[in-house]
Amino acid sequence: MEKKVIATTSLAGCFGCHMSFLDIDERLLDLIELVEFNKSPIDDIKRFTKPVDIGIIEGGCANSENVEVLRYFRENCKILVSLGECAIMGGLPAMRNGISIDECLAEAYLNGPTVQLNKEKILPNDEEIPMLLDRVVPCHEVVKIDYFLPGCAPRADLIWDALVAIVTGKEMDLPYEVIKFD
Amino acid sequence: MADTIKIKIDGKEIITAKGKTILEAATDNGVYIPTLCHFPGVPPKGSCRICTVKVNNRFMTSCSTPVADGMTIDNNHDEIKDYRKSIVELLFISGNHFCPACEKSGNCELQALAYRLGMLVPRFPYSFPNKEVDASSPKIIKEQNRCILCKRCIKTIKDKEGKRYFAFNRRGNHLEVVLDKQMGQAISDKLAQQAMENCPVGSIIYKGKGFSEPIGSRKFDKKPIGSSIEE
Repeated sequence: MEKKVIATTSLAGCFGCHMSFLDIDERLLDLIELVEFNKSPIDDIKRFTKPVDIGIIEGGCANSENVEVLRYFRENCKILVSLGECAIMGGLPAMRNGISIDECLAEAYLNGPTVQLNKEKILPNDEEIPMLLDRVVPCHEVVKIDYFLPGCAPRADLIWDALVAIVTGKEMDLPYEVIKFD
Repeated sequence: MADTIKIKIDGKEIITAKGKTILEAATDNGVYIPTLCHFPGVPPKGSCRICTVKVNNRFMTSCSTPVADGMTIDNNHDEIKDYRKSIVELLFISGNHFCPACEKSGNCELQALAYRLGMLVPRFPYSFPNKEVDASSPKIIKEQNRCILCKRCIKTIKDKEGKRYFAFNRRGNHLEVVLDKQMGQAISDKLAQQAMENCPVGSIIYKGKGFSEPIGSRKFDKKPIGSSIEE
């Protein structure tokens, strides 16, 4: 059987889902028999070098770069998986959705208790810096997502079982404990 | 024995007493019907509709419908399961239910129902409301973005004279459950903890104590909601 190709990314996330991915421990050796990695922070490949079977998305969309990367993944991946609460519902970054961008930036760069160096009271405005979205949105409100794996972070067993199920085409039989929202 | 009647739930014959509700009859006989706004011991309200069953092919709320002889009740139909799941999904999208950051996570009935009904992601878009958080009481935080308006706190949290601590405020889309400002100042520790416990979600939080139980030993970590009834 030809190896399936996997790509992963972290958008507005904390890399916790990737850490949980590594928590499959010695099963990583089995995984590497089943799949090969393409664009991913794990191998540091920056651009897709071939069509990918499974794209794993951690984190929601908080800025224009997140949206661009997510669309880039959708174009290059046959299957997209939303991994973790942030990808599924915005997660902790989405807690700013009730606060305006002006207020967020002012708190971070002007008025926050740890702001000491910004004497000229400059807000980041370089065109190289991604624009913040007015609110953080889940991935499936931007592109079509095929599968959802909840958790903060998703349990390693859930990630492993789901990956094996997608790669081998076998149905999942998950115990109650592995699907949790926290 | 004129007071005993026979009903059928999912093909299982049950003998029960006249005057009970379908929910009570089912619970007595080890059949779990999910509930959310219903609280044992207070009159049912039938507002959340999650306990809907098909009685002789018609949708009825089991918490408020009394049993009658010869009823055939369907509690496990695909249509009902999807209907219940959609109610849970709607409750999730209409509030801000950030489970990883919620003190009630693991002990939350809404979350437990989502697990039990197999919700991975709501099919509706999130609304991300921006409601008030009332932390004026020394004992209680009332987080309105998590409130599902079940009225359980209104019905169960009272002082010795029967005066209620919580009440509905405003109407329609703006409806909210509020804690009385004056009574909230004087609420006892015991009642405040009771209020947090009776709240099915994390809308009422007892101040000064959060995340006290580790992940793995909370109410719904190991066993799904309703499993104690089914045993």
